[in-house]
Amino acid sequence: MVKAVTSFGGSGLSDWLVQRVSGVVLLAYFLVVGSFLVCNGAELTYEQWSAYFDSTFMRVFSTAAVLSVVAHSWIGLWSVSTDYLTERMMGGKGTVLRLAFQAASAVVLFTYLVWGIQILWS
Amino acid sequence: MTKSVATVNDKRPVNLDIGTIALPITAYTSILHRVSGVFLVAGMAVLFWLLGTSLSGAEGFEQAKACLDSFWGKLAVWAVLVGLSYHAAAGVKHLIMDAGIGETMKGGETGAKLVFAVTAVMVLLTGLWVW
Repeated sequence: MVKAVTSFGGSGLSDWLVQRVSGVVLLAYFLVVGSFLVCNGAELTYEQWSAYFDSTFMRVFSTAAVLSVVAHSWIGLWSVSTDYLTERMMGGKGTVLRLAFQAASAVVLFTYLVWGIQILWS
Repeated sequence: MTKSVATVNDKRPVNLDIGTIALPITAYTSILHRVSGVFLVAGMAVLFWLLGTSLSGAEGFEQAKACLDSFWGKLAVWAVLVGLSYHAAAGVKHLIMDAGIGETMKGGETGAKLVFAVTAVMVLLTGLWVW
């Protein structure tokens, strides 16, 4: 089996599964937070909102969602970059472009990870 | 069998050059799934900012609220919600097809149309909610 060094889990099968599990986590998360917002409407107060995210359940669920965003985004951006930022599509600079794009993606996603944990746990 | 000296770095033939063929509706669904995904990576910054600001204190909560009351704030959040709706619908279609449902050409076309239909409804619902 070929190991892809820049892919998320090193194998296509593992990435395939992580992409689906993280996708389902995110769908559930957006539906839960979305329905909380829709149910409360414009009358939502700061006290209700912060109490909602202070609960252990929402902290853990939100952390799972942040981790899912990072993993899901990496696998998605990796798939896109390995399809289009290639020497076939971009000429001689393809590999350099792809690695630069992946490095920039890693910086952005790592920032999201730290930002999300900071919001939820501080 | 002739001995091949080709390596993986050689220019290998491409059998399917998508630039030269008419694309079916399923291809557009797939490309838009990718486009919306890349867009959402940037869109997440909007959601992280809104969450962080609204949870930073009563003052921050009002600031996030004021942002959602402004034209550009509404437009940005609506764009992210539309992107999320499309990406989620196309993602659920993937899960359904993973289960072996709608894998034929006809099934794929029906699935693609359903994704667009669900998104159209969500464009309206999220629009009504935001504005």
